Amino acid sequence: MLNLLLEIGCEEIPDWMLGGALEYLGGAVGEFLKSRQLGGESIRTDATPRRLVVRAANVASRQTDSEERIWGPAKNAPAPAVAGFAKKQGVEIAQLEVLSDGKAEKYSYVRKIQGQSAVNLLSAAFPPLILKTPFPKTMYWPGKNGPRFIRPIRWVVALLGDEVIPFEIAGVKSSNESSGHRKLGAGRFAVNHANYEQRLRENFVLLSADERRDKIRAVPIRYRCDNELLNTLVNLTEWPTPITGSFDRQFLSLPKEVLITVMRHHQKYFSVEAPDGSLAPQFVAVTNTDGDPDGLIRQGNERVLKARFNDARFFWDTDMKKPLVERVPDLAHITFQAKLGSYFEKTERILALVRELGGGADAERAAFLAKVDLTTELVKEFTELQGVVGGLYARAQGEPEEVAIAIQDQYKPESMEDAIPRSAAGRFLSIADKLDTLRGCFRIGLIPSGSKDPFALRRAAQGIVKILVEGHFRLPIRSLLGDDAQLQEFFLDRVCYYFREIRDFKYDEVNAVLASGWSDLVDVEERLNAVREVRPTANFEPLAASFKRIRNILRQAQVDGAAGPVHPERLESGPEADLYRAFERVRGETATLDYRGALAAIAGLRPAVDLFFDKVLVNAPDPDLRRNRLTLLHNMLVEFSTIADFSEIVTNF
Amino acid sequence: MAILNAPTFQEIVFQLKKYWGDRGCIIQEPYDVEVGAGTSCPETFLRALGPQPYRTAYVQPSRRPADGRYGENPNRLYKHTQLQVILKPTPADVIDQYMGSLEAIGIDLRKHDLKLEEDNWENPSLGAWGVGWQVMLDGLEITQFTYFQQCGGIDLDLVPAEITYGLERLTAFLQGVDSVYDITWTQGVTYRDVRFQDELQYSVYNFELADVPTLWNLFDIHESEARRLLRLYADSEDKGRFPLLATYDHVLKCSNLFNTLDARGAISVTERVATIGRIRKLAVGVAESWLEQRLQQNAALRTAEEQAVC
Repeated sequence: MLNLLLEIGCEEIPDWMLGGALEYLGGAVGEFLKSRQLGGESIRTDATPRRLVVRAANVASRQTDSEERIWGPAKNAPAPAVAGFAKKQGVEIAQLEVLSDGKAEKYSYVRKIQGQSAVNLLSAAFPPLILKTPFPKTMYWPGKNGPRFIRPIRWVVALLGDEVIPFEIAGVKSSNESSGHRKLGAGRFAVNHANYEQRLRENFVLLSADERRDKIRAVPIRYRCDNELLNTLVNLTEWPTPITGSFDRQFLSLPKEVLITVMRHHQKYFSVEAPDGSLAPQFVAVTNTDGDPDGLIRQGNERVLKARFNDARFFWDTDMKKPLVERVPDLAHITFQAKLGSYFEKTERILALVRELGGGADAERAAFLAKVDLTTELVKEFTELQGVVGGLYARAQGEPEEVAIAIQDQYKPESMEDAIPRSAAGRFLSIADKLDTLRGCFRIGLIPSGSKDPFALRRAAQGIVKILVEGHFRLPIRSLLGDDAQLQEFFLDRVCYYFREIRDFKYDEVNAVLASGWSDLVDVEERLNAVREVRPTANFEPLAASFKRIRNILRQAQVDGAAGPVHPERLESGPEADLYRAFERVRGETATLDYRGALAAIAGLRPAVDLFFDKVLVNAPDPDLRRNRLTLLHNMLVEFSTIADFSEIVTNF
Repeated sequence: MAILNAPTFQEIVFQLKKYWGDRGCIIQEPYDVEVGAGTSCPETFLRALGPQPYRTAYVQPSRRPADGRYGENPNRLYKHTQLQVILKPTPADVIDQYMGSLEAIGIDLRKHDLKLEEDNWENPSLGAWGVGWQVMLDGLEITQFTYFQQCGGIDLDLVPAEITYGLERLTAFLQGVDSVYDITWTQGVTYRDVRFQDELQYSVYNFELADVPTLWNLFDIHESEARRLLRLYADSEDKGRFPLLATYDHVLKCSNLFNTLDARGAISVTERVATIGRIRKLAVGVAESWLEQRLQQNAALRTAEEQAVC
């Protein structure tokens, strides 16, 4: 049994694509080995920016031999046919056997199939397998009809045991020679299974991402933990060495959000915390080198950062010369959407909505100023800071803290993991802004389809749902959405998604509860919690099954709308009258109970319902009797479907 | 903390030209129609098309009206200077060659941190795009490296590597100065001495004095001339001598006028898309015609440099 090593040497692969490529390659190599009966265990994948590596142990050197019986002409076939068959199989006629294949006697021959060598199989399989690696955006080279890959492939190591698996891909021949760090390592050196990682290490390549991560983390300074950035840097380096730099304290007078954004997004630096948790005038940069003995790299990075900070300060000072309030009219020159007008018009609509929702004075002020930061130089430079920058300017210009925070949080939640705005004013503002976008876009037909959602309407709707539920906002969302059926359906989808995927409610519970209305999402959540709690009790699912039966009976009998009151005098004594009494009693009880208590009480009807269906014929021959029974069932269904439509619950009964 | 003995701005230009000249590049002079980037020059945009190998390097002053700052911002310029290198087809050791060019101007890469970070490039008004990287040296973006895939909406027969150096940034880095205006152009002369008036005056023009109706008018004139020529080309009997290069100049004029109008704040979002579409249509027209013309002439450029490429 042999070890397998495949290293695809490539020009720098984008950091965020390494994971997906490895997942595919590991799976594809494993599957290939398995499908060709070549064994293969402990498949392991690794990557640096310049190499994708798959290794496997216990790979067979060749397939085991096998046999196959080939059937030829019938026993009584003319001689030339038999001779032809023998010739085709490459044997003498004497070597053929006459056997029955179960139907007739035939000439036949057992062909020995020699197992193929693993090297041969792999050398044919690897080029297409490698080129099928799915990347989000590929290129071709060196010309048209050339291979497509993420970046040009420059070398390939392919070893099975001591043998090179020979193939050519994109003009590169496979070999046993790898390549080191661009500057610190050798351009070409031989490797084998035993020394592969060590040889890379000697040439300043740490193959293991975990090891690179540890090397980056080993900085004797308290920097802000940021796993996303850490992973980016792990995938951007072959020999990471963190260095610490500093910047002039005077820049700390700029808002820390701006400083951190410059460091994090523009320079890929970690920011550093002082012992008291405030921002320290330092940063950690991760280099792809073996150190910085002369401090040249540190100085270079410090100069770049200083220029960036100077830019930011220049923008800050310029922006501050014209307060937000004076910039509101400038919003008329910034288009929100051609048919939906400018941001000035959007501001007016948001403001009206915040008033309609009863957001209060702070929320109204925040709405008035919310979009103004789009006119600032700082946001033009750091678009990812929109909202945040507005909040910072509002604070610096003496707006109330509540207003500043609301402006700052207006785009929250930006994802399902993100928190909702911190303050009530921020929540009103965020909801009003998103609601306006949704209503406007649907009105002019900008409706998301498939992956096309340029105005991020799904995220907007999802954000509203999250704020309403988690902020305990009892707003009449259905009427706020207006009577656009498509928007209602789109929004309901997001409500379902939220409760199912984010909150883990079962899909039938969500369907049942939403079927009883979703005008108030806080109420929806309360009803869902009640259903979830009561569902495991013995009576619940059987009763749900009975409700489904009731619904079917009523549908068949074509009973709908208000069926009027039950006439107690027409009830038969026994199960029917008992059910009516139980119904009346539970109806009285539920009026005073919370949802959980009410559901438990309704579930308690089960014995009476069961007995009723067992003993009473609903479709009685007497029309009055029948109508009365149907009315009883109808009234029960209507009365007890206000929490959830039980017929939506999936049961085994 | 200016660094002593650092090369001057013009020495860096000389050295890079020499370096790439030694590697088979035709050293061209800047194109004499205003462009936003070296990519727009016919030396890149048109030469990238078709199956003929080509190597060239040239300095190209690049005008970005919206980036003007009246000479007040230490890092932003209306007109910055690019060194553009085209290697078609791309040699397998292209990145080593590129790193060699940095060492040629005095950067010891063993003492610096060089990273290639994903950065794909697209110019919608030229129908051109490619994939590549921004090259980061100690945290500073010094070069854009692109493998072209399309020009004028046409898949390229041979994929060129485009290496675009930002010469001001690179020089400021080497000289250890914080402002491009403090760059030593040549001994005793600063970048400010040479270029400050350009920055100030063009900022005043682009942001304050450019007459919007006049610019639109000029745009329309150049556009209709380019259109007229493309129509003539289509009907031309003798395509081999047709002035597509002159046609392309009018496309470049449109592009620069568009950029100026944009800086002036005269282009709304919807107009923007439509106007880019108008320029793109012309650029695609020229590219397709050029390719046809070249194929008809079957005039591969036969030079010693080209032999070296193959």
